[in-house]
Amino acid sequence: MVKYLLYRLVAAVPLVLGISTIIFFVMSAAPGDMVDIMIRPGMTAEVAEQLRANHGLGQPIVVRYVRWMVDTLRGDFGYSVLHGRPVLDIIRSHLPRTLILSLTALAVAFFSGIVLGTIQAIRQYSWLDSGLSVVLLFFYSMPSFWLAYMLILTFSLFARNVWEWPMWFPAAGMLGTDHEGLSFVARVADRMRFMVLPTLSLSLVLTAGIARYMRGSMLEVVRQDFVRTARAKGLPERAVVFKHALRNALLPVITLLGLYIPVLFSGTVIIEKVFAWPGMGTLLIQAIEARDYMLVMGASFFFALMVIVGNLIADVLYAVVDPRIRYE
Amino acid sequence: MSEDGAVHGLRRGGAPLTAILPGAPQLLAGRWGAGTVALLVWLGSWWVLIARRHSLADVWAAGWDGPLAITTLLGALVSCWVWSLRDTLGPGGHRDVSVGQWGLACRAFSKNRTAVVGLIVIVGLYYVALITPLVTPADPSAQGNLLTERFLPLSAAHRLGTDQYGRDVLARLLYGARISLTIGFVAVGISVSIGTLVGATAGYLGGIADAVIMRFVDMIISFPRLILLVTIVAVFDRSIFLIVVVLGLTLWPGTARIVRGEVLSLREREFVQAARALGYSTRRIILRHIIPNALAPVIVAATLGIGNTIVLEAGLSFLGLGVAGTPSWGSMVAEGRGDLLNAWWLATFPGLAIVFTVLSFNLVGDGLRDALDPRLRT
Repeated sequence: MVKYLLYRLVAAVPLVLGISTIIFFVMSAAPGDMVDIMIRPGMTAEVAEQLRANHGLGQPIVVRYVRWMVDTLRGDFGYSVLHGRPVLDIIRSHLPRTLILSLTALAVAFFSGIVLGTIQAIRQYSWLDSGLSVVLLFFYSMPSFWLAYMLILTFSLFARNVWEWPMWFPAAGMLGTDHEGLSFVARVADRMRFMVLPTLSLSLVLTAGIARYMRGSMLEVVRQDFVRTARAKGLPERAVVFKHALRNALLPVITLLGLYIPVLFSGTVIIEKVFAWPGMGTLLIQAIEARDYMLVMGASFFFALMVIVGNLIADVLYAVVDPRIRYE
Repeated sequence: MSEDGAVHGLRRGGAPLTAILPGAPQLLAGRWGAGTVALLVWLGSWWVLIARRHSLADVWAAGWDGPLAITTLLGALVSCWVWSLRDTLGPGGHRDVSVGQWGLACRAFSKNRTAVVGLIVIVGLYYVALITPLVTPADPSAQGNLLTERFLPLSAAHRLGTDQYGRDVLARLLYGARISLTIGFVAVGISVSIGTLVGATAGYLGGIADAVIMRFVDMIISFPRLILLVTIVAVFDRSIFLIVVVLGLTLWPGTARIVRGEVLSLREREFVQAARALGYSTRRIILRHIIPNALAPVIVAATLGIGNTIVLEAGLSFLGLGVAGTPSWGSMVAEGRGDLLNAWWLATFPGLAIVFTVLSFNLVGDGLRDALDPRLRT
């Protein structure tokens, strides 16, 4: 197991570096560079040239690539022009915010997807099954940012201003303005209140996909002989479903974890923008807009890293859940 | 089947008088679906033509899309009629002739009601996108009076209201459809061609070529696609050409992986061995013998991929990285987000348009998956 994981980890290295390489060359091929952003009115051409030389922009692309690669491998991600801080520093403060959002969304999506899919499979062809299918297909076809705005419209703006519900959720940000002055319990509640809408917008699309998959997987398992045996020997239906069928139906769903992690991070970029959530996605978009190359490279490097780690976790989970799997 | 009997009865009697109205004979024969669609398209197209009779000359003179719109409209009218006549007059009994794999799949697909509805919606969307200059209530970029015509709610004059510049939302929605539908179709076309070729080559050749190609494919698939797109698109000038090509170039690894899997199993089949024994070139074996047999899952993936690509394009437009200068559904949502409270229709309707379009593609994709899988056919 450990051996297998180490092998996977080593195999992942070219993957991360490959993605970074593609992004490096794309950014280098683009017209304009970061000095163009730094130029202020009144700055002479000589100063601009000097700046370019300082940042090593005058050198041939191969030299720049090798230097960048060596630096990256040594853990030096460079310096962000936009923020005036080392890239690693900025990422260290933004990464946890993205992780808390996306991991919560992932957990919510898998939990609700598995529950809904199981319900659908147990009640196959009932009105509940077909109704849920229709609703889930709608969510499955939705752009997450639009869903986010519809949630904001309903549970934030209209709930607060028009219908005057006692409970509404904030439409942007991560913490209330009075966060510092609150007690511990109130702080946690405050954080959770700010997370409700972004989490929902991120997870509902995934939920729909997982539920569809879970339903199919469950239906497949229910048809198999060992389930019939379990019924035949007189087990209560509850035990048949939860102890025999569900466990086996969960196996293929876990492979979805690895598949959905890239989708999840794509979603995070957009949802963070919608909710002004100061995470990696917002950071990346800002960096791209400002042509802050070192930050773009660093941020996408860490996105690739998160995907790899996610896939590794999915592998481990799979081995834990399915004792038949032995990695040799 | 009584349905078939009725149709045969009609056929024997020659063209009935009702055939003047496309769809009417089918309706009389009890074929509600086909009849209603034909009749609606026919009547709707006539209605557009008559309602717009005074501005036809202007539309014809306007750019490339005016003549295209009028030609499409006339073409739809003629083909409705021709289809209906041939359907009633055509040689009877063709249903009894033995059908191939694709015929069987077609038959299975047409029994799937939701998938057929999805297909009709898609064809209808492309039709409307083609004749947009004829059906648009206003010029999508014409700004209204900024004092009196901003943020007008839904009304008879502006069916979906107006935006912050007094522009008609319905008109912008119609023109935005062109971007979404074109990009989805063309990008998936590019990715399917590349993916099929690369996947088939990798699967057939095996060895080092396969290993290298598939490592690259794994790399692209496992990286969040939107992040890759954002970094590439943001640094260049955003023409529709660039966006389509970049979307296509980031999607093909998925197709390649599917095709490779199919090819690996096809490669060992007898008919491929026979082709090899006959001394056919690798190129010929891949193109003529392997790819046609690996197409079914590719078609399903492509249909679902169009929906996916439309959502992605909307996401790019939303981030301000869509096609510059043209209204698209994603950018309309983005423009409306600042006025959610006082003009909810701005962000709502473009999003609904995306949802229904993508939903239709997903329904058709699911239907195709069931229809093309012989194990699921009944």
